[in-house]
Amino acid sequence: MKSNIIPRMELLKASPYFSGLSITELEEVSRLLFERSYERDEIILAEGDETGALYFVASGAVKVFRASADGKEQILAIVLPEEAFNETPVFNGGINPASAQAMTPVVVYGLNSGDMEAVLRAKPQVAMNVIRIMAKKLRYLVSLVEELSFKRVISRIARILLDYAGDGAAAGMRLTQRDMAAMAGTAREVVGRSLKELVENGTIRMERHRIIISDRDALEDIAEQSF
Amino acid sequence: MENSMTPQINRDRCDGCGLCVMVCWLDGLVIINGVVAIVEGVECDWCTQCEAVCINEAITCPYEVILG
Ligand code: SF4
Ligand code: SF4
Repeated sequence: MKSNIIPRMELLKASPYFSGLSITELEEVSRLLFERSYERDEIILAEGDETGALYFVASGAVKVFRASADGKEQILAIVLPEEAFNETPVFNGGINPASAQAMTPVVVYGLNSGDMEAVLRAKPQVAMNVIRIMAKKLRYLVSLVEELSFKRVISRIARILLDYAGDGAAAGMRLTQRDMAAMAGTAREVVGRSLKELVENGTIRMERHRIIISDRDALEDIAEQSF
Repeated sequence: MENSMTPQINRDRCDGCGLCVMVCWLDGLVIINGVVAIVEGVECDWCTQCEAVCINEAITCPYEVILG
C-alpha cells in the first residue's frame, strides 16, 4: 500500500513554519526543498551526526529517539505527515541530538540550514513562527524531562493499573496506552517506557492485549512512592 | 462476535490515510473502501504501532488489566 505523498506546496501551506507567507513566497521556499525516500526501518538521521537540514514528512511516519548508554530507546516523538523534525541542529548548528528512523516507507522534504537561514533573514514572519513552534516544543520537552527524571509517571501508571485491574473472569475495563497517558497527564511515549520498566522489574507481565499484575505488593509500593 | 485479539477500529473516525497499514510489520491491515480493516487471520502481536501513528484514534490497542 502506498499512501499519498503530500505535494510540496500543499505541505508548506499546511506547515506552521510558513504560515502567513504569500503564495509567491511559499513558491520560493518550495524551490529550496530537496526530496528523499527511505525504506521502513531505515535510519534517516543518526544521533551525533551533523546533518544540517530541517525535514518535513511528506508521507509515512518517522520515529525520533535517543539511545541511552545501556541501549534503551527513548522515543521522543512520532512525526507524521506535514510535521517537521531535526529543528535543533538547524537553528543552533551542531550535531543531531536524536536519531530518526522510518517506521514505514517514508518520503521527506529537506531544507538545508543555509537555505533556512536565508529564509529567516528575508522573512521575519517565519522567524516569529519558529519562535512560537520552539516554545511549544520546549514546553513539551521540559515536561518529558521532568517525568523521566522524577519518575512520577511510573507511580501514576502503577496506580492506574491497580485501579483498573480485574480478576480476569468478567470482561474488565480495557485501557489503551493513550488512555493511560491522558489519565497520568503525560505523553503516550512515556507510558510505553513506564510499562517496559514495570515489566523489567517484574511487577507486571504483558501478554499481547493483557497486562497481568504479577507482584501486586511491589506494584502498590511503586504506586505509593512520591518522588 | 468481536475478535478481542485484534486492534479495535472505529470506522467513523478513520480517514483512510493508510499510515497504520504502512507501519504494521505483519501486514495485518488494509484499506477497504477508504477505511482501515484487519486482514483475516493475522496474528497481531499487539505492538501498538498502528495506534501510535493514528492521529484520529481510529485504531486502538486496548489492554485488559488482570491481577495475576
Ligand atoms: S492511521 Fe488511523 S485514520 Fe489512518 S487509515 Fe489507519 S486507522 Fe484510519
Ligand atoms: S498492533 Fe502491531 S501487529 Fe497488530 S495490527 Fe497494529 S501494527 Fe499490526
